[in-house]
Amino acid sequence: MAIREDHNRFREIIRGRIKENFKKYVTHGEMIGKRENDFVKIPVPYIDIPRFKYGPKQSGGVGQGTGQPGDALDGEPQDGLGQAGNEPGQHQLEVDVSLEELADILGEELELPRIQPKGRPKQEVVKTRYSGLAPVGPEGLRHFKSTYRRALKRYLASGLYQPDNPVIIPIRGDYRYRSFKQVVQPQANAVVIYMMDVSGSMGEEQKEIVRLESFWINTWLKKHYKGLETRFIIHDATAKEVDEKTFFSTSESGGTLISSAYKLCQQIIESDYPVEQWNIYPFHFSDGDNWSGEDTRLCMRMIREFFLPVSNMFCYGQVESKYGSGQFLKDLEREFPNEEKLVISRIESRDKILNSIKDFLGKGK
Amino acid sequence: MANLTPELERARVKILKVAESYGLDCFETIFELVTYDQMNQFAAYGGFPVRYPHWRFGMEYEQLSKSYEYGLSKIYEMVVNTDPCYAYLMEGNRLVDQKLVMAHVYGHCDFFKNNQWFAPTNRKMMDAMANHATRIRRYMDRYGIDVVEDFIDKVLSLENLIDRYSPYIKKKTEKERREEEAREKGISLLKVNRDYMDEYINPPEFVEYQKQKLEEESRKKAKIPAQPERDVLGFLMHFAPLKNWQQDVISIIRDEAYYFAPQGMTKIMNEGWASYWHSKIMTEHILTDSEIIDFADAHSGTMAMSPNGFNPYKVGIELFRDIEERWNKGQFGKEWNECDDIREKANWDKKLGLGREKIFEVRRNYNDVTFIDEFLTEDFCVRNKMFVYKFNKRTGRYEVDTRDFKLIKKQLLFQLTNFGQPIIQVEDANFENRGELLLTHLYEGVEMQPDYMKETLKNVQYIWARPVNLATVQDGQAKLFRYDGREMQEYNLQDQVKTPEEAAQEG
Repeated sequence: MAIREDHNRFREIIRGRIKENFKKYVTHGEMIGKRENDFVKIPVPYIDIPRFKYGPKQSGGVGQGTGQPGDALDGEPQDGLGQAGNEPGQHQLEVDVSLEELADILGEELELPRIQPKGRPKQEVVKTRYSGLAPVGPEGLRHFKSTYRRALKRYLASGLYQPDNPVIIPIRGDYRYRSFKQVVQPQANAVVIYMMDVSGSMGEEQKEIVRLESFWINTWLKKHYKGLETRFIIHDATAKEVDEKTFFSTSESGGTLISSAYKLCQQIIESDYPVEQWNIYPFHFSDGDNWSGEDTRLCMRMIREFFLPVSNMFCYGQVESKYGSGQFLKDLEREFPNEEKLVISRIESRDKILNSIKDFLGKGK
Repeated sequence: MANLTPELERARVKILKVAESYGLDCFETIFELVTYDQMNQFAAYGGFPVRYPHWRFGMEYEQLSKSYEYGLSKIYEMVVNTDPCYAYLMEGNRLVDQKLVMAHVYGHCDFFKNNQWFAPTNRKMMDAMANHATRIRRYMDRYGIDVVEDFIDKVLSLENLIDRYSPYIKKKTEKERREEEAREKGISLLKVNRDYMDEYINPPEFVEYQKQKLEEESRKKAKIPAQPERDVLGFLMHFAPLKNWQQDVISIIRDEAYYFAPQGMTKIMNEGWASYWHSKIMTEHILTDSEIIDFADAHSGTMAMSPNGFNPYKVGIELFRDIEERWNKGQFGKEWNECDDIREKANWDKKLGLGREKIFEVRRNYNDVTFIDEFLTEDFCVRNKMFVYKFNKRTGRYEVDTRDFKLIKKQLLFQLTNFGQPIIQVEDANFENRGELLLTHLYEGVEMQPDYMKETLKNVQYIWARPVNLATVQDGQAKLFRYDGREMQEYNLQDQVKTPEEAAQEG
C-alpha cells in the first residue's frame, strides 16, 4: 500500500525535526520525555498544518452529563464535533523514537565513528528462540492457526466439513504449542562504569550535565553492544556502588578522595568483568578537586597500571563548577600527554555537552 | 459480492432485505473484509484506497495504528460516499459486531443517497481520487517531491477556506444576465415616445442621477471581487499568479474539500440516522437470543456520553426518536405549542402515526444546522443532561457554564455553522490600490488562535505573492495583520469591536 510511502515520509520529517532541534534535546533533559525500554517519547512541535481556527479556550462547547454550573469537567474536552472527519486535531505530537534511531541521529550529527569492539574472544550468549511447534505445552503458548489448520485437515479428511456451516472444533490431538530452541550467539559485551564526585562542590546543575551526558553515551554504546551493562559509583572521601537513581540524586558534602572510587572500580572489574570477555569503559566525572597531591599521584598510578591496560578507553569529564579548582584535569594532562586511551574532556556548561560527547566517542573505541 | 464469508454474506442479504422493507433506499453496497492494518490505512486515506502522496496520511496512519495497538481505540466501521458504496468490515470481529456494522452502514448509505446536501457530491470519487493521485505524482516526478509537497502543505492550510453553500446556489438566472447587459449598454432612461416630452419625463436631475448610479456600478464592478468571496481557495486559484501545476494542485485539494464538506455538515444527522436504523434492524429482526448482550454492549459503547465531549451518535439517534414519537403522537403545531398544561402535554397523543414519514422527510431535507435549529427542544436538553462548558481563566480549567436551553442551542448552532470554523472572505484583491490582498474575518465573538492565524496568513501570502492583509479581532481590539513575505505587521483598526448581539441591538 502507498501508505507505507506516506508513513516513511512522515517519519523522515519527524527525524528531520529532531535533528533540527537536536541540540535542544541534548541539553534539556525534559525533552527526552518518558523512556520505555527501547523507546523514548519526544515531543515534536508543530507538525500540524496551520489553519484559521478559533482558540479552543475561547469557544467552549456543549457537553452531556451531570454537574452543576461551576463544576470542573474531567479531562480536556475533545474536539468532537464540527471538525471535518479527515483531519487530525493535536498540535503537539509525541513521537516514539527508538534508542537505536536516536543513536543514529547522534552519530550523524556529531559524525561519530563506529566503535570497533576489541578483538578479544567473543562471549557466547544462549538465547531462547520460539521457533518450533510441539504437541504439548502451556495453554498460553497455544498456536491458534496451526491448531485450527490441523483440525480443518482432520475435518476434511474425515468428510465432516460442511462449507455452509464451517464449524470446526479441535480435539486434543490437534493442539499445537509454540516451543523454543536454544541458540548460541557470540556477542561482544561491554560494561560502562560511571564514577561521580558527589562532594559538596558538585551542584544540581553539574549533576544534571552528568546525567544528560551519560544518557547519550549509553545510547551510543548500546547501539554497538547489545548487552550493555552499567554500574554506578559515587564518591566523596569514600566510595560506594549505588543504583542509577541514587547516582543522580545523591548529594553529599565533605572531602574528595578520587582514589577511593578508582579502587572500588578496580574491584568491580576484577570480580565481575574478565578483561578478555568484556569491553570496559570507565567514565569519571568530577569538578577536578582532589584532597591531596598524594592521592592524585595514587590515582595516576592506578590509571597507568590498571585502567589503561584493561579498558577500551578511560574517560575523564570535568564539569566546571564555581567551587572546584579543576586541578585534576591539569594533573592528568601533564602526566599523560600522549596517551591514546585516556580521553579528557572539559564541560563548561550545558551547551558544551555535545562537544564533550564528541570528545569521548569521537575516537571509535 | 466482494470477499465476504458465506456466513456474513447470508447475514448481509438478510439485513438488506429488512432495511429495504423499512423503506431505506441505498446505493449498491460492497463490503470488504479487511485486516486491522488495512483498516487503519483506509481510514488514514479517508476511506479511499488511493490518495495523492502526502506525509499527513502517514501521520494519521501512525496515530491510528498506535492507538489500536495500545488498545485505546478501534475502528468498527467505515463507509464511503460513492456509487456503489464501499464499506469495510474488520476481520476477526465478532459476528454480532459485523451484523451491527452492516446495518449501520446501510443507514449511512441511504443517507448519502437521499439527503439533499449530498446531491452535488461526486459519486465516482474513487476514480477522481485515483486521478488526483496520478496527477500529483506526475508533478512530483517533474518538479521534485519537496517542491510539490511544500506547495501542498501550503494549500492544505487553506483547505477549510471554501464556501460550503456554494454548490447549492444556482448560477445567475436569465433575467439577471439580461439586466447586466442593459447596464453595460448605457444609462437606463425612461422610454419616451414623443421627443418633446423627453425633458419632462427624463429631467436633467434624473439623467444626472442615472449617470451617477452607472458610475457607481462600474466602480463596484472594477473592484475584484465584486462581492466578498468566501471561496478563498477558489479565488486564489483563479487570480493568484500561479504556474499551471500549482493551479491544478489547488483545484485538486479544493475538489476534495468540497467532496468531504457535506459529511461535516450532516455529522449528527448521518450518525443518528445510521444508529437509529442499526438499532431498529438489529433488535427487531436480526439478533439471536445469544447475541443480545453483546449487541447491547457494543451499542451502548457507541452511544456513551462523556462529560466533556458531545457524542453526535447519541444526540442524533435521540433526536430522530424524539421526532418520531412527537409526530406519532401529534405533539407539534400550533395547538401543542400553545398548550401550557403539563399534565395534558404529558398525555398528549392524537394517534396520528406520522412519525416514520416525518423522519424520512427530515433525513431528506435537513442538515445539522437546520436539524438542531428546528428539532432540539428544551425537554430534550433536560432529558439528555446537556450543558454548555466554558474555559474559566481564573481557575484554569473547563467548567460547566450553564444548562439554559437557549444558550445550549446557541452554542451548538455556533459550533455547527461553518463547522465551527471562522468565516474568512476575500474583500479586495487590490487593497490600497497596491495589488495587495485583503481578507476579513467575520467576527462572531470568538477570536482566532493567534499562532495558527499568523502561520496560515504566511501561506496565503506565499500563494498570492504580493503582501496580504487580514482584518480580524485580537485581544478585544480590531486589528489588521499584514504580511509581506518578510515580516508580520500589526495595526490597530479604529472600528469599535461589536459582538453580534450588540450589532443586532443597534441594527
